Amino acid sequence: MSLKSKLVSSYLAFDDHLDDNSPIHDIRKKAIDTFEEKGFPTKKEEDWKYTSLNAIINKDYSIASKGDKKIKYEKVREYFLHDIDSYKVVFIDGVFSSFLSETSHDGLDVCLLSSVLSKEKYKAIIEAYYNKIASKDSITSLNTAFAKEGAYINIPNNKEVDKPIEIINFSTGNETALMMQPRNLIIVGENAHVQIIERHQSLSNNAVFTNSVTEIFAEKRAYLDFYKIQNDKENASLIDNTFIHQEQDTNCNVHTFSLGGKITRNNLNFSQNGEHSDSTLKGVTILKDKQHVDHNTLVNHISPNCESHQDYKGLYADSSTGVFNGRVIVEKQAQKINAFQQNNNILIDDNATVNAKPQLEIFADDVKCSHGCTIGQFDEDALFYIRSRGIGLKEAQALLMYAFANTVLETVKIPELKRRINNLIAEKIGVNIGFDI
Amino acid sequence: MLQIKNLHAGVEDKKILKGVNLEVKAGEIHAIMGPNGSGKSTLSAVISGNENFEVSQGSVTFLNEDILELDPEERAHKGVFLSFQYPVEIPGVSVTNFIKTAINETRKAKGLEDMPASEMLKLIKSKADLLEIDRKFLSRSLNEGFSGGEKKRNEIFQMAMLDPKLAILDETDSGLDIDALKIVANGVNKLKSKDNAVIIITHYQRLLDYIVPDFVHVLIDGKIVKSGAKELAYELEEKGYDWIKEELV
Repeated sequence: MSLKSKLVSSYLAFDDHLDDNSPIHDIRKKAIDTFEEKGFPTKKEEDWKYTSLNAIINKDYSIASKGDKKIKYEKVREYFLHDIDSYKVVFIDGVFSSFLSETSHDGLDVCLLSSVLSKEKYKAIIEAYYNKIASKDSITSLNTAFAKEGAYINIPNNKEVDKPIEIINFSTGNETALMMQPRNLIIVGENAHVQIIERHQSLSNNAVFTNSVTEIFAEKRAYLDFYKIQNDKENASLIDNTFIHQEQDTNCNVHTFSLGGKITRNNLNFSQNGEHSDSTLKGVTILKDKQHVDHNTLVNHISPNCESHQDYKGLYADSSTGVFNGRVIVEKQAQKINAFQQNNNILIDDNATVNAKPQLEIFADDVKCSHGCTIGQFDEDALFYIRSRGIGLKEAQALLMYAFANTVLETVKIPELKRRINNLIAEKIGVNIGFDI
Repeated sequence: MLQIKNLHAGVEDKKILKGVNLEVKAGEIHAIMGPNGSGKSTLSAVISGNENFEVSQGSVTFLNEDILELDPEERAHKGVFLSFQYPVEIPGVSVTNFIKTAINETRKAKGLEDMPASEMLKLIKSKADLLEIDRKFLSRSLNEGFSGGEKKRNEIFQMAMLDPKLAILDETDSGLDIDALKIVANGVNKLKSKDNAVIIITHYQRLLDYIVPDFVHVLIDGKIVKSGAKELAYELEEKGYDWIKEELV
């Protein structure tokens, strides 16, 4: 049975367990219909031209974990920002782990989506926000149909959250192949300020397929820093669908560090619905072997006087492949927009491939938009210059790679996180030249 | 210290150096002058190990060792330094971090531990003072957005930090105003000792007023066609290169 058929037939059983009166019953039903009609995206679709899911959807996944698996903190400590205090929402094989988590209802909500979906007191929240900005495409709909757990974060107006929030999804390898569909809902209230780190981490080499959806609402003057750390095991694949709705005077920044995993697809969508909003999308991708990462970004400028900045850097070794598909839409009424997009790639080996496709669709006439894209090798002159100072070839390359990634790293605002990512990058490059960038 | 014998080198099919002979001893300053395209920069690139140039004949011996097979970093470890005519911009790496890495990698190659941070700081401070370099300058990205003069001063700063046995200054005077030229020349003179040597590659005699050479060589069409004392530089400044070319015919 194909994964699609398995999912569609499992939905019936899944739905039976759910409360028919749940406010999202209809949403789920519609979503599974959409998925049934469209199925998994194929390379025939323009948006999926360079990413094939064939290698991951041919497996027999368990689509609901048996759950209840305990893991020792020591075993996963390295995946947390353990040196500093943080809120934590942790899931093991899709099931909430109260042991590893540190949630809160004290002045802010850092908790579980499942309780929000089931409790009467959250009904208004669900009606106002749930599935409002998530796309209705097949892959997001698939998540919507099955979603029942994830992080729910609601920061009240004027609240500056005192420590970062970590959302971590572990998979244990308890199942030979596991499919997970986490769903996060994040509301950043007016003038509120929050930093969130998201990570999907497999703890074994068994196959994992995560299809994650995150909806984020930034109310007026809200400030959001969101960091995605994608450094998963060789058989772990991820489709990350993130939707950000910005009201006026908001500032939302997403940094995506794609350093591992089998197939990673990032659908990152921003929509600016109020004036004077600023969106930043940055990424560092360092791949090797046959890893594949596809960054599919969309910034929709609906309101005037806004800015967006995109800066994606990629380093590709061995036979790894990368895609950057960056779309910027400036609607007719969205005058005085500054939209910048930069995508630079270095191919370290001859077999590595990058497909870059910037798309600017501008309907307003008074805007400033730019995009630049490069795919190249190391600059030979720079290498010689560095080597002539006594720095070896490998270290010289590492230094250039550090420097290359630095424009993205320099805006990481949590020093501890920056240090970690710096170390991860050093580890990926295989050389530690002994300085922080 | 440095012996170059019958050196032929070029890029792909183009021959640039056509039999260069040169001997530089410890304690000496040599100036190599010549018109554009005569091969001056190629000579410095070949000595320092730029792989874009292919050596077809001849030898380069440094401290009694043939260095033509060595990588650029290995030559640097032995004490060869090239001050670039066009220093490369490396955004994202600060001047300080770059020179720290260079020093520690060189020490590592010699089997030494990293230089202690306090000692490094002291060294950086003293060399920056020598070249009248501002502290803020040191935290800027290497050569990025530097003026021509800043780039050259930064090259000499790196030279001062690395303390090479043989320094090749490739067109270090170009892009320098007279004040910067004096500072750079003063720096080079202070670093000069009986144990090291300097090769100055230049178009003009101007720098040689401040760094006085023991020998002046004229490089034309890939060969050193005339050598003399410092007075030769004045003669070249006054009369250009044509008279030498005529002498050759």
